[in-house]
Amino acid sequence: MRAKIFISFKNGVLDPQGKAVERSLHTLGYQEVRDVRMGKYLEVELDAASRETAEARLREMCDKLLANPVIEDYRFEIEN
Amino acid sequence: MRWGVIVFPGSCDDHDVYDAIKRVLKQKVEFLWHKDRLPAGLDCVVLPGGFSYGDYLRCGAMGRFSPIMGDVVEFAARGGLVLGICNGFQILCESGLLPGALVRNASLQFVCKPVYLRVEETDTPFTSSAKKGQLLRLPVKHGEGCYFADAATLERLKENRQVLLRYVDAKGKATAAANPNGSLDNIAGVCNEARNVFGLMPHPEDATEKILGSDDGLKIFSSIILAVGRPEKKAWAG
Repeated sequence: MRAKIFISFKNGVLDPQGKAVERSLHTLGYQEVRDVRMGKYLEVELDAASRETAEARLREMCDKLLANPVIEDYRFEIEN
Repeated sequence: MRWGVIVFPGSCDDHDVYDAIKRVLKQKVEFLWHKDRLPAGLDCVVLPGGFSYGDYLRCGAMGRFSPIMGDVVEFAARGGLVLGICNGFQILCESGLLPGALVRNASLQFVCKPVYLRVEETDTPFTSSAKKGQLLRLPVKHGEGCYFADAATLERLKENRQVLLRYVDAKGKATAAANPNGSLDNIAGVCNEARNVFGLMPHPEDATEKILGSDDGLKIFSSIILAVGRPEKKAWAG
């Protein structure tokens, strides 16, 4: 199975990179842009007996290492 | 007193700390490779600055899983003194020994300059030699030193008086201009509830001799030596 993991800052955590990108987009004339938040994207190939097992294992991986629960939220999608 | 300085792959201030402790303070100190076990009989373990594991994923995220860190967690639980400087502070936060997290500087720029710190609490083994409100001049050098904690955690930090250092101006005021990285509430260093684990972004080891521009960092090291010298007094227990 292949999982796509998306990690983003929680609301309330400063994201100066997102702000800088937002300013650049405004400079380029994209005034409609209101909020840019930058995050991380990981692809993981894994062996699992079932989708449920894979989800449980991925949640563990995110909680333990891939995301820092103090500052980040995560979600993932699994493809067969 | 016996000091240990942990060397992670990518540590780069390990030798600065070692030199300050050995040559300047004339103390017994040894390097500890991150894959080894923590030897018995240490009084204080230092996690130095640098870029452990290249800062991959998040600063300190991988260092936390180095084999020696399990021993450090136990050492801290037994009341051993643990000092995390810069990247060491990041590792302590990632490993849950200290609350909060350190994220990218608000300016997006690496800052490298001397700053003023105000000592907020002195009933700790790391600050007992200083006076409450005293200013220390220490250098910072980091790209990800912006301290963050959620509102509930910040409240707890204040209640337990765990904020030991704040960024201030030369007059001792915690202003936005004096904050080099956008840290919440100008926080530069925090300790755990038991007051035996301390993390800070500034570098006391780089301010231990006048020729370096300041020897204010000695306040931190001499406090630790004092605390270890009279554990029966538990100088930090208030």
